[in-house]
Amino acid sequence: MINVLLWAPLAFGLVGLFLPRRAVGPWAVLGALVTLGVAVGMTIGFNGSDSGLQYVESTPWISGLGVDYSLGLDGLNLFLVLLTAVLWTGGVAFAAFRDYERPKTFFFLMLVAETATLGSFLAQDLLLFVLFFDFMLVPFYFLFGAWGHDRTAEGGMTASGATLKMIIYTLIGSLLMLVAAIATAIISADGGHITFSIQALQEQGIGLGSQRWIFWFFAAAFLVKMPAFLLHGWMPDAYRAAPLPALAVFSGVLAKVGAYGFLRIVLPLFPEATVEFQEIILVIALASILYGSVMAFTQTNVRLIAGYSSVAQLGFITAGIFALRADGADGAVLQMVNHGLVVAPIFIIVAILLERTGTEDIREMGGMALRAPVLAALFLIVALATLAMPGSSNFIGEFYILNGLFQAKIVFAFIAISGVAMSAYYALRLYQGTMHNRLPNQQNKGLLSREIGWRDAVVLVPLVLCIVALAFYPQLILKRTNPSVQQTIAKVTKGSAPNGKLAER
Amino acid sequence: MNFNEPHIDYAGISPLIALTVGICVVLLSAVFKPFRRSAPLLTLVTLGATAGLLIWHWDDPRNLITGALRLDDLAISISLIAILVAAFCVVLSIGERATEEAGSGEYHSLLLGSVLGMVLLSQATNLVTFFVALETLSIPLYILCATNLRREGSLESGLKYLIVGSIGSATLLYGMAFLYGGTGATGFQGIAAGIAHNGLDGDPLILIGIAMAAVGLAFKTSIAPFHQWTPDVYQGAPTPITSFMAVATKAAAFAVFLRFFDVALGSQLDSWQPALAALAAISIVVGNVGALGQDSLKRIMGWSGVAQAGYMLGGVVVASEAGTSSLVFYLAAYAFMNLAAFAVIVARERETVYGDDIRAVRGLGAERPALAWPLTISMLALAGLPATAGFIGKLYLIEALVEGDYTWLAVFIAIGTMISLAYYLRIVAAMWMRPERETVPGGTPAIAGASPEADPVDPEAGRRWYLVGPAVLAATATVFFGVIPQPLVDFASHAGAALF
Repeated sequence: MINVLLWAPLAFGLVGLFLPRRAVGPWAVLGALVTLGVAVGMTIGFNGSDSGLQYVESTPWISGLGVDYSLGLDGLNLFLVLLTAVLWTGGVAFAAFRDYERPKTFFFLMLVAETATLGSFLAQDLLLFVLFFDFMLVPFYFLFGAWGHDRTAEGGMTASGATLKMIIYTLIGSLLMLVAAIATAIISADGGHITFSIQALQEQGIGLGSQRWIFWFFAAAFLVKMPAFLLHGWMPDAYRAAPLPALAVFSGVLAKVGAYGFLRIVLPLFPEATVEFQEIILVIALASILYGSVMAFTQTNVRLIAGYSSVAQLGFITAGIFALRADGADGAVLQMVNHGLVVAPIFIIVAILLERTGTEDIREMGGMALRAPVLAALFLIVALATLAMPGSSNFIGEFYILNGLFQAKIVFAFIAISGVAMSAYYALRLYQGTMHNRLPNQQNKGLLSREIGWRDAVVLVPLVLCIVALAFYPQLILKRTNPSVQQTIAKVTKGSAPNGKLAER
Repeated sequence: MNFNEPHIDYAGISPLIALTVGICVVLLSAVFKPFRRSAPLLTLVTLGATAGLLIWHWDDPRNLITGALRLDDLAISISLIAILVAAFCVVLSIGERATEEAGSGEYHSLLLGSVLGMVLLSQATNLVTFFVALETLSIPLYILCATNLRREGSLESGLKYLIVGSIGSATLLYGMAFLYGGTGATGFQGIAAGIAHNGLDGDPLILIGIAMAAVGLAFKTSIAPFHQWTPDVYQGAPTPITSFMAVATKAAAFAVFLRFFDVALGSQLDSWQPALAALAAISIVVGNVGALGQDSLKRIMGWSGVAQAGYMLGGVVVASEAGTSSLVFYLAAYAFMNLAAFAVIVARERETVYGDDIRAVRGLGAERPALAWPLTISMLALAGLPATAGFIGKLYLIEALVEGDYTWLAVFIAIGTMISLAYYLRIVAAMWMRPERETVPGGTPAIAGASPEADPVDPEAGRRWYLVGPAVLAATATVFFGVIPQPLVDFASHAGAALF
């Protein structure tokens, strides 16, 4: 079952290469839907009270090097997998209703990207994780570069330049992570049989001296991917270049892989180093919140407003994880799903607005609410969720994160709270700027309806329904996530005990 | 007086005999009119027969000719890589001007001569066979580089390679003299015994010998700072020969590098290990930075070869079974990655007026997907991205390095790989994406060292089976061994077990 989930998108993508041009879009949607169906089936069959791995699949892959092909689902990755499947269905479907150059390659790459992303969530072998984590980037490199927009006229970069910048930034971290992963396995094997199994490595553990540098090699990879403040240099150019359906899934899911990596790998494998560097990471997280929010205030390109708001949101998620308390991490997992569910629709709405107004500049948009009330209503729900309106699931997520942070580091929590207020400003600014704010030169255009058609509605409405459903019942996620999160956090808090309980295990 | 008839292990030297016979047959075939066009076929048959005879001895190590040669799995695996590359080179040479100008028989028998040197070199366990094999390998290559007679660049390339190669050989020979002077032995085992027996541990005589031998081998493997010839020679030589030189020479030279340093000089590990590690690091930096500003695909491959040699030297540095295995794995993977790239470069050289300039592959993704995919896969693999053999190769190397307490060199590999993305992906971007900046229209296309009219364009070259076939085959192998690496890992671990 888990193999089907992982490889179905790739299989559909490969078959799609041999289909006629017109059929390849619907075929890709079918592939994404099948994957979604499998993911939903697995979620239903998931035993929520179990903290261990389920649907485990494990066979030796490269036995000479100790690498296993091992996959599994638990509370940490279950809903991220589901999120991946949902957003890819939306992104692929949105693209399928439009004409892209070289559609076969486009959809092939989209589906390859889905397999790679699912792989990095499902992998339970450290090296397999690194492999998928690196590989994720390859399809996006081509998607952004070959189908992206050149911004030289606006003083920006060409698509190929922007995508090169992105891949170099992110691979700096990833390659160091490869070295660190190998070092982890070899140090913990200590001359014995080398294994990369995350479970086994957790039990063996490694000394604090090695943990220190390995922690930063992993952190570099994850912080670049998010992106965190100071490591976000690739983000503005890549976001402006990217084709919007690809950007929707990229922003919605890939950033979360970094945060997820902290939970899955860094916390349980390097507990002592995590405690030692907790405050440094928290400072980076807070800086991301403040910087991202302030930049989101000032940008005029709607893509960048969404992009910088993601920086801020990921800062929140990181802060939740590094509160090193179960409620903070619970909130972080919930917030990862929430943020994915709001940011992808935002980019799809941006794409729709771009088609209708021909611009991505918030100063030249406006007045859409009158002419497209349904679109405006959908966007309002998304915007309110983004600013974590009480009643939304994002509110619950941020509440959990702040709750954890308050109990762990109260000073950091006070600063983080300002991020909540600022998110209200940029979310509403984005909504008002595009939907209300009627521009003088548009007055004479009359009241022509620019409402979205059924095709866009088919994509957008289910995504918004997910947001609404989660607002009513966030326990769906929290209940299933909590056992695994408790277990992960327990590893760290034990490690911080002065008598070093980790050594006793 | 008793005269003992020496025992000759004909089975053991049969691969060498097959190659020698093949050289003669191929050379003579050019003389007889009915067989004039059969030189490539005969060469392939010879290579196939040699490969078969080598595989016959797999897992059956033996000393040959009173210990001057040793036929073990390391020698066989390296020889097989060299033979594979030579076979690709033969196919890529079909329709190449150089083969006609130099004479097909001569061209192919020189190629076989070089292969003979490689097979011999991978088995050498004696200073004399080592040197003779190295020259047998090199001299045909000097000539082959210059076979594109009408190109100034080709002659320059041959001459440059001859001079630099001779300096390398001379340095190596001088180093050997020191080692012989110190130990009184030419056999690798004898040198090791001599160092121990004569109390020469850390003796200046031995250290000078080691240093000069390392420099000589560094010339052959294009390790910085002894790499300056590489880009020029790669660019000037006929492209099929470049592909052969880039991979096969490196493989054979690394084989003897491993054997010489691990068997003969194993006791001096502490003195040469840090030095080689420093060379590897320098090579990684110099090669990757050097490739950045290049516009010629062959020069990029040359510089990238310098960097890749730095990665591979890591496998020698750690002096362990894992290091040797990882090096053999990397060489095999490197063969596939490079061959895919060179096959495409050959096709585009014949197809466009741009020669080996990067403009030759612009828009290839839309125009010739069957060429664009192999080149893309090759570039991604050389950059070490996952799902290719290049990733597994780097993984293997880094694992060996970390195990051997050379984590800092592993970090260097990671940093070097990051720099390398800039030029590998530039080629990928040229194929699939819009140009970064429009070049000034007009002006003559830059062809390396020749006028455009010298080489007529064959607009159908990009569809010929003997160019597309090897490209697709090598790229498929690159992906296959990236997804299912176990067969190649087994192959490499046999080779590693041969030395330790």
